[in-house]
Amino acid sequence: MKFAVPLVLFAALAGLLAAGLRRDPHLVPSPLIDKPAPAFHLARLDEPSRAFSPQELLGKVWLLNTWASWCVSCRQEHPLLMALSKAEVVPIYGLNYKDNRADALEWLSQMGNPYVLNVQDINGRVGIDYGVYGVPETYLIDKAGVIRYKQIGPLTLESLEKTILPIVGNLNDELAK
Amino acid sequence: MPSPATIGQFALIAALLLASLQATLPILGAARGKSSWIALAKPAGQWQFIAVALAFCCLAYCFVTNDFSVLNVASNSNSQLPLNYRFAATWGSHEGSLLLWTLMLAFWTAAVSIFSRHLPETTIARVLGVMGFISVGFLLFMLTTSNPFTRLIPVPLDGRDLNPLLQDPGMVVHPPMLYMGYVGFSVAFAFAVAALISGRLDAAWAKWSRPWTLVAWTFLTCGIAMGSYWSYYVQGWGGWWFWDPVENASFMPWLVGTALIHSLAVTEKRGAFKSWTVLLAIAAFSLSLIGTFLVRSGVLTSVHAFATDPRRGLFILGFLGIVIGGSLVLYAWRAKQVGLGSPFDVVSRESFLLSNNVLLAVAAASVLLGTMYPLVIDALDLGKLSVGPPYFNTVFVAVMAPAMFLLGIGPIARWKKASIPELARRLRWAFAASVIAAIVIPFYVEWKPLVSLGLLLAIWITATMVLSLSDKLKTVNLKSLPRGYYGMQVAHLGVAVVIVGIAVVTGYESEKDLRMEPGDSVSVGSYDFQFKGLDLVSGPNYEAIRAEMNVFHNGAIIVRMHPEKRIYNVSGNALTNAAIDTSVFRDLYVALGEPAGENDGWSFRIQYKPFVDWIWAGAFLMAIGGVLALTDKRYVTPANKKIRIPEAA
Repeated sequence: MKFAVPLVLFAALAGLLAAGLRRDPHLVPSPLIDKPAPAFHLARLDEPSRAFSPQELLGKVWLLNTWASWCVSCRQEHPLLMALSKAEVVPIYGLNYKDNRADALEWLSQMGNPYVLNVQDINGRVGIDYGVYGVPETYLIDKAGVIRYKQIGPLTLESLEKTILPIVGNLNDELAK
Repeated sequence: MPSPATIGQFALIAALLLASLQATLPILGAARGKSSWIALAKPAGQWQFIAVALAFCCLAYCFVTNDFSVLNVASNSNSQLPLNYRFAATWGSHEGSLLLWTLMLAFWTAAVSIFSRHLPETTIARVLGVMGFISVGFLLFMLTTSNPFTRLIPVPLDGRDLNPLLQDPGMVVHPPMLYMGYVGFSVAFAFAVAALISGRLDAAWAKWSRPWTLVAWTFLTCGIAMGSYWSYYVQGWGGWWFWDPVENASFMPWLVGTALIHSLAVTEKRGAFKSWTVLLAIAAFSLSLIGTFLVRSGVLTSVHAFATDPRRGLFILGFLGIVIGGSLVLYAWRAKQVGLGSPFDVVSRESFLLSNNVLLAVAAASVLLGTMYPLVIDALDLGKLSVGPPYFNTVFVAVMAPAMFLLGIGPIARWKKASIPELARRLRWAFAASVIAAIVIPFYVEWKPLVSLGLLLAIWITATMVLSLSDKLKTVNLKSLPRGYYGMQVAHLGVAVVIVGIAVVTGYESEKDLRMEPGDSVSVGSYDFQFKGLDLVSGPNYEAIRAEMNVFHNGAIIVRMHPEKRIYNVSGNALTNAAIDTSVFRDLYVALGEPAGENDGWSFRIQYKPFVDWIWAGAFLMAIGGVLALTDKRYVTPANKKIRIPEAA
């Protein structure tokens, strides 16, 4: 019977591989979830002489969306951001990642501007603090300045309706307590 | 006149038909004794090779001539790409690398059909049949899920580029080498399965498989070493092994293949380990297939990852189930008949070889475990994690250290029955010398336990080798020793050289990451690096910023180094091209990072890597050992004249 041992081991391995196929290895939860959003102090895209820092938003629930004019997937999620900003459920702030200011402004004037304001992360240092590994990524930050959710890749209608907006609702209710 | 892409498409379909023929009739013919069916094996295999080769040439032609009507070309090449990389881009994509895989398999098939004339026809029919079956799987996979000739309408003006990481001379030679090795284990696999089907496993089976396995192993050794060197100089990190799932995928078959060549030797010479050898032959190729699955299915993330497509994963998994599962069912059913072979003593060369075999298999299993562990944890919903170098390094050193110790004893011990007191007496000086040298030498720099362990094993291997050689020379002269013996010793010396390289570079390398402005100096190791300034240079399809770094040693300038940061015109991707100054005892490694602040400041990574080249030199020695063993007279002379190798005296 000992000659069947390799067969049994292989069967277990094959079962494991079959289970692995149904999962997406790229979905890695961010270690920053439930941690304070990293602080930064960056120049605004519209008026580089003025700076913005996330501390100013303490007490608000907001989205931080990283994007760039060179990013193709950002183009894909843009209409959704526009719709979301029109609905006025949650304010969207933009982190313009490793981009050129003129290109970024051009993009906003052509495609519409869903952001309350944008900051420029020219060398991507803030992106590193946030663990950005590909634009677009979107962070949901609560009133205490804690990251509650991270969307890797473009937002979709499904992710907004099923995940992000319900969390936003819960977070907004938290104040009432 | 049909376009090359159309011809290639038809060639693939023809190859599939020929492979189906090759996989069925000859095996059935061998079972029923129909010689006309048996005789189909060779022509079917050879024509299948011609068809696959034609398809490959068509794809290469599309790449070289910039035929962007082919999706594969449009996605992985560009008219600005230099000719050699346009050619290498043929296997730069998922589809193309599968075609390369299939080409290699067909190549081995044709080689077996040509060079096995002295084998019984039924054996050849079964062996080629099994290989044909594997070809069917890969051709079907290509035609249904990953067609390299898919057309693109409308035809784009130009292509997206080849990934800049792949635009390197390494890309031209590394994948073909690696695949030659990986896929070459299919021959030993086919021989093993054919033997299991026939139920006859004798020394002849081992004798036929040995040269094929040795060739495959030699290619795989070169392929892995080149891959390691490539990642060292191109990735810009200065690391030479990352335990990345894809590296592991090529390393596991190598470990098992190494066990296999030793085990085959014992089976052939002594008739021992029979069922174990068969299992190793199945395992080596199975691990190659599993490696292909890991790389091609997107089930694991890695720097080598390709686009994920669940259909592909499912197909390969089904195929793995049939090929590996089928061969293991056959094994479970037939291995009893094979038997264990002739008996040997607890202390004998056989038992040392067997222990070493088991250790190599355990090492491969622990690599497999580490590679699969993230999947297990994920499948059980226990979270996401990745297994890193700390696990692999710890386990690997623990398993390989005793194996390396046995490596020294094996060639000295007698077959069948050895005695421990006698071995101890013969080896005591070699052992004492290794221990003393290993303890003392590291003090020359700084005493570190792992460096000392590495030196101990390396010196031990070398000392026992000298002992074995001097023993031999008491009875025979240098020339009459068979090439196989030299092959073994050179390969073992290669192992010692690799160990020295790994131990010293891991123990004594130094590295600095810092920001420098032109005129700044820094010292790393005993070298002073002075940043002179920046230049702009253009390559054939990229623009680069090039830094000049003058390196001083003992006050005298020894070399000017030019690390580059390249921006590829088409994709806009940036790539770090490190500057490396190589010499026998150390590498100096300078990589240009990012611009940092004013006054032309840049971040640099500067490394001093003692003995790092010994790692690749050692691997190269192992490959030379393989070639030497292959040129042994026994493989060149006709099969009926069996030449006995003098045993260790």
